[in-house]
Amino acid sequence: MSTRGFTGRRPPETTRVRLPPGQSLTEDFPVLQIGPNPRIDLDTWRFTLRAGSRPLKSWSWAEFGALPRTRWSGDIHCVTQWSKFDTAWEGVSVDDLLADAGVDAPTAFALAEGYDDYTTNVPFADLTDGRAMVATHYDGAPITSDHGGPARLLVPHLYFWKSAKWLKGLRFTQKDEGGFWEMRGYHMYGDPWREQRFTGD
Amino acid sequence: MIEGPRLPWLDATIVGITPITHRVKSFRLAVTFDRPAVAGQHVEIRLTAPDGYRAQRSYSIASAPSRDGTIELMVEGLPKGEVSGFFDGVAEVGDTLELRGPIGGAFVWRPEDGGPLLLVGGGSGVVPLLAMLRHRAAAAPHIPALLIYSVRAADEVLVQDELVRRAETEPGFDLMLNLTGDGGRRIDAALIGEALERLGAPRHTFICGANPFVGAASDLLVEAGLDPRTIRTERFGG
Repeated sequence: MSTRGFTGRRPPETTRVRLPPGQSLTEDFPVLQIGPNPRIDLDTWRFTLRAGSRPLKSWSWAEFGALPRTRWSGDIHCVTQWSKFDTAWEGVSVDDLLADAGVDAPTAFALAEGYDDYTTNVPFADLTDGRAMVATHYDGAPITSDHGGPARLLVPHLYFWKSAKWLKGLRFTQKDEGGFWEMRGYHMYGDPWREQRFTGD
Repeated sequence: MIEGPRLPWLDATIVGITPITHRVKSFRLAVTFDRPAVAGQHVEIRLTAPDGYRAQRSYSIASAPSRDGTIELMVEGLPKGEVSGFFDGVAEVGDTLELRGPIGGAFVWRPEDGGPLLLVGGGSGVVPLLAMLRHRAAAAPHIPALLIYSVRAADEVLVQDELVRRAETEPGFDLMLNLTGDGGRRIDAALIGEALERLGAPRHTFICGANPFVGAASDLLVEAGLDPRTIRTERFGG
């Protein structure tokens, strides 16, 4: 059923085919987060891979900077209904992190953990084979604090709440454990093309 | 896995439209949620064109959670806004649109969460804070609360009469209205300091507004010594 008097402003076809259902294109880069930006000092910054509570490998900022670099460009989709096209990121792929740690496939699931105590779950398979990175640069410059710098997760094929800001580590878990938003009604997986915004979508 | 029923799209009928300022209108919608609402939450609105094209946007709920089967939204009529333009220029009492909600589990306050409660709103970011204030007055008037409300100009203040009346008649509610335009000032450490002195140390702080406002306010509050874990933020715009 249509809404009386609503005609809408359709974006051009070239835009529409790139927009998942319910999304609108933005030229801005909106900022969404649950609280204040955490204060992060690069001298004490660490990134840690864990299996459960057991640390597998930890890198300082300097050690992290020596890892192989990966670039990705493409579209990102936020559950708050904006999408942004042709975003350019650079960082270290999760594949390269695992290789440097000498770890193969620890478990089927992972929780990304932020310095602000934010968490979000992503299946292991969605983090590997070039599908995710720990990004340090956006559009050629270090990622600002507002956008999750110095390092954030980038899992661009899922809604952007999965791309945790101010990342301090990945914890591999035996079970699919919901993170901050997943425990508050948001979808466990979050595929924008299947419009998996909320539990049950 | 977390299982639960899908959040359904519901028909909502506009039962009242009231101008709030020259740009913002209040819309009262008749809708029955299948789950209880919490102050601070939002809804998604979906409009459908005759050919099936749809536009979808989120709006904060201004009304306190209630069982009267209605909610209030406040929509700023942006000339370029696909959905806000519809609300401003087309929508009439009796129209039905689609809505789903209530949504959001972080930027929310329940009476049992306690206080003191510090609310910091910039511009139309005051809307979800208004839901908290209205809920506090109805359900937990003993909880101290202070609203810092920063607006460019006096004619852009939403529900000023209600806020002033609440500040005058509700013990424990304190209002700091801050105009930033025309010789006014942006919120700064002195203003935050005064608010904390008047309220006491807040147990929960909620900040909502445009991105630069929320960033500045949360930095000031962390510098003033608040535990970041007690501060929740919601932002709109780039």
